[in-house]
Amino acid sequence: MAEPATKGPAYTTILVRIAELRAWLFLIVLIVFFETWARLAYDVSFVLNTYNLQSISVFATAPLLLALGQTFVIISAGIDLSLGFVMGLASVIAAHTANYVQAVLGLPPFLSMMCGILAGIAITFFPGLVNGWLIAYLRVPPFIGTLGMYGVARGSAYLFAGGMTISINNDWYSAIGNDRFFGVPLLVILTAIACIIMHYYLSQTRFGQHTYAMGASQAAARRAGINVKNLTMKIYLLSALMAGVAGALYTGRFTAGAPQAGEPLLLDSIAAVVIGGASLFGGSGNIWGTIAGSLVIAVIQYGLVFINVEPFWQFIAVGAVIIISVLVDQTQRRFLGGRQVE
Amino acid sequence: MSELAPILVVRNVSKHFGGVQALNKVSLDVFPGEVVALAGDNGAGKSTLIKAISGVFQADEGDIVLDGRQVAFVSPQEARDSGIETIYQDLALADNLSIGANIFLGREPIRRLFGFLPVLDRAKMAEAARTTMEMLDFHVTRLDAPVAAFSGGQRQAVAIGRAIFWNARLVIMDEPTAALGVPEQLKVIALIHSLKAAGKGVIFISHNLRDIFEVADRVVVFRRGENAGERKPNETTSDEIVRMMVGK
Repeated sequence: MAEPATKGPAYTTILVRIAELRAWLFLIVLIVFFETWARLAYDVSFVLNTYNLQSISVFATAPLLLALGQTFVIISAGIDLSLGFVMGLASVIAAHTANYVQAVLGLPPFLSMMCGILAGIAITFFPGLVNGWLIAYLRVPPFIGTLGMYGVARGSAYLFAGGMTISINNDWYSAIGNDRFFGVPLLVILTAIACIIMHYYLSQTRFGQHTYAMGASQAAARRAGINVKNLTMKIYLLSALMAGVAGALYTGRFTAGAPQAGEPLLLDSIAAVVIGGASLFGGSGNIWGTIAGSLVIAVIQYGLVFINVEPFWQFIAVGAVIIISVLVDQTQRRFLGGRQVE
Repeated sequence: MSELAPILVVRNVSKHFGGVQALNKVSLDVFPGEVVALAGDNGAGKSTLIKAISGVFQADEGDIVLDGRQVAFVSPQEARDSGIETIYQDLALADNLSIGANIFLGREPIRRLFGFLPVLDRAKMAEAARTTMEMLDFHVTRLDAPVAAFSGGQRQAVAIGRAIFWNARLVIMDEPTAALGVPEQLKVIALIHSLKAAGKGVIFISHNLRDIFEVADRVVVFRRGENAGERKPNETTSDEIVRMMVGK
């Protein structure tokens, strides 16, 4: 009965490890590239520059917050296309609520801000629960269900905003979006806390474990007694809530609520998760990868501006990284001899 | 075996889907340490019966008695909690998780980090994986590897290991050898013998009559949702079983 414990020689394990870390390798390559370019062309440092680090990290916060929720969704073999406009909706509701509470109810700025943030996050229960319900109970494919919600959230956000952006005049709220704590932007600190909490949920709880199981095989999860419908609801709710957090913080950063706040960020969020090592077929991915994926996108976008290249190159660069990442993922699967497409 | 009480008694169970009578007053007993093979053509009602037993759906009529207690499971989870483990043809494993995580899937152990933060107890899962797999004579070196990295027979052993670890009274196996090569099939047959030796009741569904004769203590034949008779393997031939299956 002596059989080898696993298929394939040991070097495949090393290749798999490298493939898992590809987002961090991309990040290092990009930083080396921009550093070299900046030194040669302008004789300045790209990395050893506090302003650059602050800008890149702030730049990465909004897509990363969306990508955190998207990570759970993609691991469960779903996709959430509504996140961008759910974020916009949250941003508009947060701005309106903060203004209303301050001007009409006369509460102090800090409480007004808190009411705005909570209202912005609370409104996302609606799209989150509806997405989950459509997908879990009515068996609508995630792509279609959340595409519908994309339209509903988009229209609602513009209607609530009256087609404009909603300015706020609240020092507390703008401080959340723009102040620094010992040089670290508050947005970055808040996003880092969100990352730690999401990492905990994904890697250390039954909820996270069941999300992985469901992504690998929904039938296996169901037969193991996991309430797959309930789990699906929770995953899409979590994803919407993270978009709510991103929207509420956006309002602070730009001192305005905007329906289109998250419009360009949806694809970035999916790209970050995929670059971070998740498979769109479900079952794999993790928060560390998603963080690296978000940083890769932020470094490309900021770095190209920094070295004074036409900004349109960023789309090509991000696109190329996504494609390379997916190719690495498929190669890795072939090495592992695991399932391809099921 | 007559002095032992049966683990499972199925009496006159019927089930229909719309106008289709999938099961018509079917009966079945399983005793401790006994392997009962269900034989029958496609659509004979074998899968319907095991789904009724394992709580996937409820029978329309009839009684299912487990350890002397009448049961009506409303979910597979409830059936598992009562000691009925079902092992499916396609294994029902999460390929991306470790052996331990699969054994504990749906009932993961939790420990408290720093005395308050609940986290998955991976050490406990790995330890359970190691001891259970050793019991089945699989010596696994990489307990953190996803089960996708293992062979078909090893994966079948993980599914069986789950049943053993949770101390199932009754193990239902639906075509456990269907997707396997011959050496792996032999391995599964050996695993079934070890379940039998451990005093479990086993219901075994297979199209492979050689496997049935190899492992079963009794063969119960279904035809068109009804009992078509039962035989002991040493008192019958595969020709007779086939004749019972097709009704000639």
